[in-house]
Amino acid sequence: MTAKREWNIVLAGVGGQGTLVAGKLLGIVALKLGLDVKVSEVHGMSQRGGSVITYVRIGEKVYSPIVEPGTADFCLSFEQLESIRWAPLLKAGGRMIISRHQIKPLPVLMGRAKYPEEIAASLQNAVTGDSKVFEIDALDAALRAGSPRAVNLVMLGALSRFTDIPIDIWESAVTEVFEKKAKLIPVNLKAFHFGRDLVQ
Amino acid sequence: MKQILLGNEAVARGAYEAGVKVVSSYPGTPSTEITEAVAQYDRIYCEWATNEKVGAEVAIGASIRGARAMTCMKHVGANVAADPLFTASYTGVNGGLVFVVADDPGMHSSQNEQDSRNYARAAKVPMFEPSDSSECKDYLLRAFDLSEKYDTPVMLRLHTRVSHSRSVVELGEPREMQVRPYTKDVDKYVMMPGMAIKRHVVVEERIRKLSADASSDPEAVGAHQVIRRSGSSLGVITSGASFQYVSEALPEANILKLGLIWPLPVDLIRSFASEVDRLVIVEELDPFLETEIRALGIPCEGKELFTLQGEYSIRMIAHALTSNTDPARGIDSKDLPVPPGRPPVMCAGCPHKGLFLALSRMKVQVTGDIGCYTLGALPPTSAMDACVCMGASIGMAHGFDKATDGEDSKKTVSVIGDSTFLHSGITNVINAVYNQSNITVIILDNSITGMTGHQQNPSTGMNIRLNPAPAISLEDLCRALGVESIRVVDPVDTALCQKVLREELDKPGVSVVITRRPCALIPTGKGKKEDRTTVNYDSCTACGACIRMMCPALTEGSDKKPVIDWDTCNSCGLCRNLCRFGALTKGGRES
Repeated sequence: MTAKREWNIVLAGVGGQGTLVAGKLLGIVALKLGLDVKVSEVHGMSQRGGSVITYVRIGEKVYSPIVEPGTADFCLSFEQLESIRWAPLLKAGGRMIISRHQIKPLPVLMGRAKYPEEIAASLQNAVTGDSKVFEIDALDAALRAGSPRAVNLVMLGALSRFTDIPIDIWESAVTEVFEKKAKLIPVNLKAFHFGRDLVQ
Repeated sequence: MKQILLGNEAVARGAYEAGVKVVSSYPGTPSTEITEAVAQYDRIYCEWATNEKVGAEVAIGASIRGARAMTCMKHVGANVAADPLFTASYTGVNGGLVFVVADDPGMHSSQNEQDSRNYARAAKVPMFEPSDSSECKDYLLRAFDLSEKYDTPVMLRLHTRVSHSRSVVELGEPREMQVRPYTKDVDKYVMMPGMAIKRHVVVEERIRKLSADASSDPEAVGAHQVIRRSGSSLGVITSGASFQYVSEALPEANILKLGLIWPLPVDLIRSFASEVDRLVIVEELDPFLETEIRALGIPCEGKELFTLQGEYSIRMIAHALTSNTDPARGIDSKDLPVPPGRPPVMCAGCPHKGLFLALSRMKVQVTGDIGCYTLGALPPTSAMDACVCMGASIGMAHGFDKATDGEDSKKTVSVIGDSTFLHSGITNVINAVYNQSNITVIILDNSITGMTGHQQNPSTGMNIRLNPAPAISLEDLCRALGVESIRVVDPVDTALCQKVLREELDKPGVSVVITRRPCALIPTGKGKKEDRTTVNYDSCTACGACIRMMCPALTEGSDKKPVIDWDTCNSCGLCRNLCRFGALTKGGRES
């Protein structure tokens, strides 16, 4: 449980994985808590199958929109490999949540580079102090909820375990972010709760 | 009511609240979403212009006629719009006029990292620089008021980290959209030498007065803020995104945060400098503020502490000005495996891929242009020799021709997208025809403006609000420009592309080859599910030809033979055309 109402969150993934929607949703959560927030996104060329990162900073007053090395309370990696790329951002005592899902980069698909094995285990071994690494099967949970596109809500569900943000705030934020596509709300709420049950 | 808005969306909201009537822009990262968000407000007339110069001229016309008008562009777009900007500074305005320019320090999606503050100084136009979404809206409202009060166009300078960050914005009531009365005023609006000489006097006086007013009433005129902290002898002058980093890196420092960054509030800067023992200027890119402040005879530090390149950070500022150590990290990454890169790639079904494979096989010289197809410069095709700016491909090919007395025209092509061609390729073709060039121009017509996120353009048959619009025929246009040989091919047929290009390269005069197939990411470019590719493993010899083209839907299996990802395959058939063994076929079972 985090007593201080201040969170730096990193959403790392591959273009098209729904990190932008997750960032938007966290922005709404912050607003509902009466807190300040900044969400920084990646647009343009790097979205074409590239590595993308969304930074979310919530607090009484937030200045910079960027989460810098050693300052992330939470690092949510929507894909295994991306967790290594963004691991330097995690602060001492921070929590890294990794979706087991793999999206192989083109150099790997072409046989020009190797996709590292046992990523979660290597990160576990590299943990300092009381930081923690969790690996979850977010894609499986999303499919159980009804859509592979709901991985982002599974990840947020897992994150929600580690904050004292009331559950109804999360739920109303889900409803709000999908307000123009109302038929997606039940699947995403389900995915959120599945994610919440994946970590303890 | 409070809302979380992207900086760009906040600018659009500001335009709505300011009663803006006309918005005309050309897309460009990181500015594109402003005009897209404006399109959500029904009462504002908005359009995609053919280029930034046209967008600026439309806005100038609307302003002279009495409406509040805005044009938005990326930093390099300001180069294209510079011509009207410099003289609009002389004419001044009737309805408020704002040029929004988004810079891209760190070049997330740009070909250079120019600092558009230099344009404000050079064109003698006031410029505001917001540091978050709330200020994006606030400063735009101020910019329109200031524009009308001081009779000047105003610039709003954005930054990738401001344009593409979401933060809290308090929504306000929209003002009434009014069109001011217009009276013909030749001395003010017709810029011939006799009139312009007098207007230049007005321009200089206006800038002098603005600087003085911003000093005497810093908050109201310039949105300047002085943050005083007792016990610190350090003073920092900063603005925009840098202000955010400074606020966290130096919580003890005195800060002068500039809102209006041109002209500078000279007296305010002098008095701030006199209150501190050490004055540091923190600004990304050029030493713009620093140069001006030094010219006032005020001792300060700046670029001897900070780089001229890329983005700044809290950490960088803390390193330069404090003894703070970096925060402890939760994961010690020194023994972790190095993650393979994940570079941007041409999508599965991308129509550009087939053409670039053909160019790569032909080993021709390629002068390139700005768009998704610039990725053709990278492996596996590596088929590009030069890329400079929008429209440059055609002029450069003509330059190759003239530099070699026509010799290189047999082995040089220029590549340019449909939107880029309409933006600034047309005049280049006219020049080539007129000056009897022998170039071969390839127009990659994918029916959309792709890289900026799929905006309509004059050849797509739709306008910004997706209503029907006249579609310019690229063939008819080129014919009218005097091009005699015009061919249209499907870029997926690489063999035909090679054949047609060979024939055109051998012809004298200017040839145009249009490679036509819609972008795989738009509805008309989506292939039929039943047409996806299947591998016949008995015929496959594992030669690797299909794998080497690096399609995201086609990967190497353990036996070196291809595996098709049916969720990703767009049924374009390029891989089938490349296979010499008939091992890739249309339709059938999932591999």
